[in-house]
Amino acid sequence: MKYILNLSINLISGILFGSGLALSKMINPDKVLSFLDLFGQWDPSLMFVMLGALIVMFIATYLSKRMAAPFCASTFNLPNKKLIDLRLIVGAILFGIGWGLIGLCPGPAIASLIYLKTDSFIFFVSMFISMGIMKGILSMQK
Amino acid sequence: MINISPNFTPISGIIGGILLGLGAALLLLAQGRIAGISGILSGLYSTKLSEWFWRLSFLIGIPIGAFLFMQVELAPLNIQISNNKLLLISSGLLVGIGTVLGSGCTSGHGICGIARLSKRSIVSTLIYMGVAILVVYIIRHLL
Repeated sequence: MKYILNLSINLISGILFGSGLALSKMINPDKVLSFLDLFGQWDPSLMFVMLGALIVMFIATYLSKRMAAPFCASTFNLPNKKLIDLRLIVGAILFGIGWGLIGLCPGPAIASLIYLKTDSFIFFVSMFISMGIMKGILSMQK
Repeated sequence: MINISPNFTPISGIIGGILLGLGAALLLLAQGRIAGISGILSGLYSTKLSEWFWRLSFLIGIPIGAFLFMQVELAPLNIQISNNKLLLISSGLLVGIGTVLGSGCTSGHGICGIARLSKRSIVSTLIYMGVAILVVYIIRHLL
């Protein structure tokens, strides 16, 4: 029973997330690239997407700080790193280059699979495999 | 100078963002987890079944939500990415490596992290945004 509840909640969260990506057209890399093309025909839409999401998440974060535990789990599982280190910076640079080259990041990459296009699959597989390799490398450093 | 594109969609942008935020909010308040897609996806490289369960159940919802909206014509009918396989593979590589190394992406740092007022997320977002804008400028206006 607990499994069905958790499954449903996670599924609904993902569905809301994915529908947001679809409605905002963030699922379309051209839309994202048009935002990043500041000096071309600039499409500010992505900024509005972030604004809408941030308003909701600011409220949710505020509420979460007043809760002892989440509704369906025993504890909050939040990142607790505080240091702005080289990994963060280099990671952001590499991600920024990849994102700027194609206009896709992980969320839209997964959502865009619905269009059943080869280019979408190639990107997704390349991204997912690289994640695994990087995770492997980082775990060996410990 | 800045020219605003005629494709600017502020209303569907904001509402779409709110939907996205609601999904992330639900994951936070119900399950206590950050909706950072790169983190959730890369976390599948784990041997624990419990990890697979929650991560997959969330991730599968994403294309389902997009698909549902496509059926009611609230999503783009089609998208174009690229025919250049080398570009697809190398950008996938950079996104995969960068998000794992940098502990996040647009949803993890850009939305959830900034909402938590995380300095790491603010710095990450400024960097990846700035770099991405620079890359697009170079490709579209310098090369």
